[in-house]
Amino acid sequence: MTGGQTMVLAVLAPLAGAVAIAASHRHPNRREAATLVTAAALFALTASLLAPVMAGERPRAILWEIVPGISIGFEAEPLGMVFALVASFLWIVTSVYSIGYMRGHREENQTRFYVCFAIALSSAIGVAFAANMFTLFVFYEALTLSTYPLVTHHGTDEARRGGRTYLGLLLLTSIAFQLLAIVWTWAVAGTLDFAAGGILEGKASPALAGILLLLYVFGIGKAALMPFHRWLPAAMVAPTPVSALLHAVAVVKAGVFTVLKVTVYVFGIDLLADVHARDLLLYVAAFTIIAASLIAIREDNLKRRLAYSTVSQLSYIVLGAMLVTEASVIGSGIHIAMHAFGKITLFFCAGAILVAAHKTNVSDLDGIGRAMPITMCAFLVGALSVIGLPPLGGSWSKFLLALGAAGAGQYVFVGVLMLSTLLNVAYLLPPVVRAFFLPPPDADGRRISFSEAPPACLVSICVTAAGSVLLFFFADLLYVLLEPIAITTR
Amino acid sequence: MIAAHYAALQVVAPLIAAPLCVLLRRGALAWLVTVAVSWIALAIAIQLLVQVMATGPVSYELGGWAAPWGIEYRVDSVNAFVLLIVSGISAVAAPYAHHTVVREIPEDRHYLFYSAYLLCLTGLLGITITGDAFNVFVFLEISSLSSYALISLGGERKALTAAYQYLVMGTIGATFFLIGVGLIYAMTGTLNMADIAARLDPVEHTRTVLAAFAFIIVGLGLKLALFPLHLWLPNAYAYAPSAVTVLLAATATKVAVYTMLRFVFTLFGADFALDVTFFAEFLIALALVGVFAASITAVFQNNVKRMLAYSSVAQVGYMMLGVGFFSVTGLTGGIVHLFNHALMKGALFMALGAVFYRLGSVRIEHMRGLGRQMPLTMFAFVLGGLSLIGLPLTVGFISKWYLILAALERGWWPIAGLILLSSLLAVAYVWRVVEAAYFRDPPPDRPRATEAPLALLVPTWILTLANFYFGIDTSVTVGVAADAARALLGEGG
Repeated sequence: MTGGQTMVLAVLAPLAGAVAIAASHRHPNRREAATLVTAAALFALTASLLAPVMAGERPRAILWEIVPGISIGFEAEPLGMVFALVASFLWIVTSVYSIGYMRGHREENQTRFYVCFAIALSSAIGVAFAANMFTLFVFYEALTLSTYPLVTHHGTDEARRGGRTYLGLLLLTSIAFQLLAIVWTWAVAGTLDFAAGGILEGKASPALAGILLLLYVFGIGKAALMPFHRWLPAAMVAPTPVSALLHAVAVVKAGVFTVLKVTVYVFGIDLLADVHARDLLLYVAAFTIIAASLIAIREDNLKRRLAYSTVSQLSYIVLGAMLVTEASVIGSGIHIAMHAFGKITLFFCAGAILVAAHKTNVSDLDGIGRAMPITMCAFLVGALSVIGLPPLGGSWSKFLLALGAAGAGQYVFVGVLMLSTLLNVAYLLPPVVRAFFLPPPDADGRRISFSEAPPACLVSICVTAAGSVLLFFFADLLYVLLEPIAITTR
Repeated sequence: MIAAHYAALQVVAPLIAAPLCVLLRRGALAWLVTVAVSWIALAIAIQLLVQVMATGPVSYELGGWAAPWGIEYRVDSVNAFVLLIVSGISAVAAPYAHHTVVREIPEDRHYLFYSAYLLCLTGLLGITITGDAFNVFVFLEISSLSSYALISLGGERKALTAAYQYLVMGTIGATFFLIGVGLIYAMTGTLNMADIAARLDPVEHTRTVLAAFAFIIVGLGLKLALFPLHLWLPNAYAYAPSAVTVLLAATATKVAVYTMLRFVFTLFGADFALDVTFFAEFLIALALVGVFAASITAVFQNNVKRMLAYSSVAQVGYMMLGVGFFSVTGLTGGIVHLFNHALMKGALFMALGAVFYRLGSVRIEHMRGLGRQMPLTMFAFVLGGLSLIGLPLTVGFISKWYLILAALERGWWPIAGLILLSSLLAVAYVWRVVEAAYFRDPPPDRPRATEAPLALLVPTWILTLANFYFGIDTSVTVGVAADAARALLGEGG
């Protein structure tokens, strides 16, 4: 099987899985088995591409032309590999978690849930392997649409409102700005294919490149740059596995991944270095990092707090991309993986607390560490990784980003990163402190029984928490993989 | 040999079948005749298109009378494409009609319905195929009169008012058009389009020709529902029988747009039209205002058929926008949108017809919770809606792509932005239906609806899937449209 065929299969596999899931809707066990088998197959397919890509190959598959010069096609390159591997691996873990969560929480419409989940993964993989901006856009929109039913899953007024904000903002930005940027790129460059060094060099004046950059970066609403971030907290009405995999990993990472792709393969880091609009975006990203953290501190609802934390963390990646130094771009790429493992752990824990203790607010977590020690320990691990302390994965990406900012002489942003770290501590550690050091409200001296989440949830939590630790020790693999994207020609 | 007479048969087949339906007097038989004739018309249209693309324009002298004395039918890539749209939609809509007609129209009028349907088809095909300016008027009246009758067959009493409103507006439109044609005849002494085009040059700058231009544009503007001349359309579409809405929404305005293209580009010529002060700018402005005004109105409609009718007015704006750019890319976008819009509105109105068949209503509050009870129908509606919004891989995206590209080519990027913003309004109204159908519980007083019968589902899904097929394989549609655009602008082809 060639690399090209593997990519096509990787996009089709979850769709086939969706059909199998829908077909076995009367048999929950068979249905969940279908999800797990599909997830495992998807991971195997993406993993099989890793070796050739690391060896410098770029497998391609161009499927068909929509209009002359614009085609649906796939190409595997380092950034896409990172995103695809992270998304497909975490899908396996999340599927296990979902089984515990959805059954433990007695959710309705579970078949629709798993079907949409599989379609969303197919779209995410399509985004990861897209060979041109058009293909990326197709799957980007498919990802928006397939996750919408997951956001409105509960069908309550609140869920519908959340869904409206979600769909509204994501479609607004992608159609009004991103699509305009894409057509404009096509009109200027005559191609939309991702190419090392970019396709706009010498075709677009710096002023036009600036407009395009703004249209792209704000148009990629999934990157949740302020002021287009509101959809992410709104999406928290979804069941927790959705928040965990889609709104901490697949959807939001598809956003920042697209920003990186555009940076590296549409503009090229050489051209981008001369674009002044970049400075504006740097400050917008810095503002988002700080402002979202401040909002997170004030949010009592645990999932919403995590959502704002994600908004803040996503802007790290935008910041890294806009700094256009070797260290910062690679740091951004690595942060996709690091943040994914850290944040999904945190969401898993939030969901476990909801299922086992029916609590959603930080202020209700007093003393919960005694009943749920494993969950809360994992929460601590995830929190430390997001904060960026060794020996956890998140420390590397933050280190590289700071290095990049310093290397570019932009010390303001080194300061922003450091301040943000302190703010991270301020909103991520209180839940842990409350859980372990404050007495439960109704304790009255009696022993608190051990009541952890369902085993399926616990296993998943431990896997992702362990992943955060392992990523600290094996971060060089990611670095080596991503190195080729930051090569400049000047 | 019959192949030589395809051009005539295109019109004559439905024309003869219409009185045949009256003679048969049996609804079911009349329906069979209609289906058969629609399919024959489609086969002929395909033949003509193939012939035109292979060997260039086809000319046919009716009754052997040579032009300009006799009436000439002239098929080039522009109208061959429109013939394909009209007959193609009719070929899917005619089989669909049977169930809805049984449901919505008293039995003693069934044969009259089919006879009027065939006359309407005759008129639409005739307008498109003819190469004679006066003949256009004749067919325009045939299609208009029969569509007034068709609309008035709608179940509610409001259908009568809607038909009457359309009758008044349509007649004004036709009269204006006729005055325009008369003025041209006075100046050139001919009614043959090719002849007019050749003789108009020397008298081009007379006030008479300018007046003729104005009359024709306004007259056709009424027929194609160009904002603000669209007021007849929402009621006509909303209260007409389901099958009629499908046919009219997918074809009638398209044919009027084609006629405008033909007169502006072939008869008067692009240079003339561009010389008319602010004509292009005026067209673009009206188109954009129309797109926004109609889309915003659509958001606030509770009758989904009316909602889509307003959306049609907006979509006409896109086509006019393509015309207003006066460039190959713009016209390609406009012409391909004729086809693409026929597919999406056809699919959407068919899905709504199926809903009406089961519920007896298409009000949004009655459609709550329908996603579970009529999954196939509603999913077709969702997919049609995505195409209307213009998401990639649907035909709607292709149209928008070319329109935006045309705007950027001219350097009018704010217009490109406006086109994209307007598609967000489509999200707003389509999603009101989606939300009601999928994320709300059915009203308690509504009996449980079951999935629509196959006879309705199959045509609906044919058009729905066509929305995706022609969104992915655009070689035929964009190929022909680009060819037609070049032909209209006189750049070969």
